[in-house]
Amino acid sequence: MRHLLDTRDLSRAEAVSLLDTADRMGEVGQREVKKLPALRGRTVVNLFFEDSTRTRISFETAEKRLSADVINFAAKGSSISKGESLKDTAQTLEAINADAVVIRHPGSGAPQRLATSGWIDAPVINAGDGTHAHPTQALLDAMTLRQHRARLGGTDTAGTDLGGLRVAIVGDVLHSRVARSNVWLLHTLGAEVTLVAPPTLLPVGIGEWPVTVEYDLDAALRRGQDAVMLLRIQRERMNAAFFPSAEEYSRLWGLTPERLAALEAAGSDTAILHPGPMNRGLEISSAAADSGRSLVLDQVTNGVSVRMAVLYHLLTGPQAPHEEGHHDR
Amino acid sequence: MSESSRATGGPPSGQPQRARVILDAADINRALTRISHEIVEANKGTEDLVLLGIPRRGYPLARRIAEKIAGSYEGFDPELGLGQLDVTMYRDDLRRSTSRTPQPTRLPARGIDGRNVVLVDDVLYSGRTIRAALDAMADFGRPAVVRLAVLIDRGHRQLPIRADHVGKNLPTSVDESVKVYLEEIDGAAGGADRVQILAPAAGSEDRP
Repeated sequence: MRHLLDTRDLSRAEAVSLLDTADRMGEVGQREVKKLPALRGRTVVNLFFEDSTRTRISFETAEKRLSADVINFAAKGSSISKGESLKDTAQTLEAINADAVVIRHPGSGAPQRLATSGWIDAPVINAGDGTHAHPTQALLDAMTLRQHRARLGGTDTAGTDLGGLRVAIVGDVLHSRVARSNVWLLHTLGAEVTLVAPPTLLPVGIGEWPVTVEYDLDAALRRGQDAVMLLRIQRERMNAAFFPSAEEYSRLWGLTPERLAALEAAGSDTAILHPGPMNRGLEISSAAADSGRSLVLDQVTNGVSVRMAVLYHLLTGPQAPHEEGHHDR
Repeated sequence: MSESSRATGGPPSGQPQRARVILDAADINRALTRISHEIVEANKGTEDLVLLGIPRRGYPLARRIAEKIAGSYEGFDPELGLGQLDVTMYRDDLRRSTSRTPQPTRLPARGIDGRNVVLVDDVLYSGRTIRAALDAMADFGRPAVVRLAVLIDRGHRQLPIRADHVGKNLPTSVDESVKVYLEEIDGAAGGADRVQILAPAAGSEDRP
């Protein structure tokens, strides 16, 4: 693994290894000295061409916990707003010897371009590009689901996948890079994914995805789900009429108090996930967001662990392809 | 050393290496019994004693030593005086060695501050693992004393580090490798507990 651009590139073994490492990284957050020296003296650049609060803070925390030097680079207030191209920005980063680049970009494929163009040698980590992929979000969701299942079964997470876990992803799949990355990663890890959305918010060609499609949330929930993942209705991308009104969306596809009560009545262990930021009262009711089923805060905590694991795997190991991986005791 | 100098020509795995068993299960057990008494002697009792095994094979050795100490001396509870210390993130070869998944670190509830820590590992070689362990420990507390117990000391130190308690000093050459098999890690498939030296077979460059 040289870059992390998309969860589609990850094998099951790579994904499980990342999740195992992330579990260990999570323990660091509980310690008094919340820092590991693994990336001491390495420089990581956070290149954010699109607004983000939680992903940027999460990456920055992860980088600092691994002792890397962090350079934050936001499009606003930088030369990007003066019209500098991605290529020139990349070559600037190369010239200051960045050891890794974390990039968020509104254009789908920008991280891929950065990684394969030859402009820079450093590993590239995709922190969300357009409507394409958001691999670290999918990894943190998988980590949260894995913990959830281990907690219910009283077992250990180490080495396990998500075989047989039923996960419903509900909402705006069309614009969601979170949904795309989750579909591929959850499929690789053996979970059974159901997408629930109005037909207007499903992309063309969904028949080729390894998922079941359902238009009726109640029917999907009645079939029994181990987890429900709500997607944010992205108001900034709602430039066409995808559904008649917010009220109707909420009634038909939102996790309302009534649907929460139905889950309680069924006595299921269904967990609730949301990538944040939540539109309370739209795709998720406050009752659901604040219920004991909600793993939203676990997701935030796990985000730091997963990003530490990704940075660790990309920035350690033989730097030259044929160097002997010898281990001195 | 009942099986010493036994050359294995063509084992089922087809590894083209000569494997010599240096310690068998009974030898390992006797060495650990002696080390456990030495540890208590050096510590002048079991007070404040903490055994920290280094994953992966140091931990089961530390557990065995802890059980032996608990069986022979009053006042030592393995639950309070046994832990595991992962050193992966503190290694100095992270940029050269293959990227490895870290193992859990579990310290006794009372921590290691002011206590007498004995690090336990299977093979002492360059000393770099122990250097990493000393760094890792500094992030968890400040022990009063740190000692080192190893099952095998194979020489070739690259740092000024020595063991306080050694199961067996084993002179080796650098192109040999020393392999420790323990039931807790290698399972039934690994065979009986033993320590082996693998010498590269002449004219063969295949590695298992």
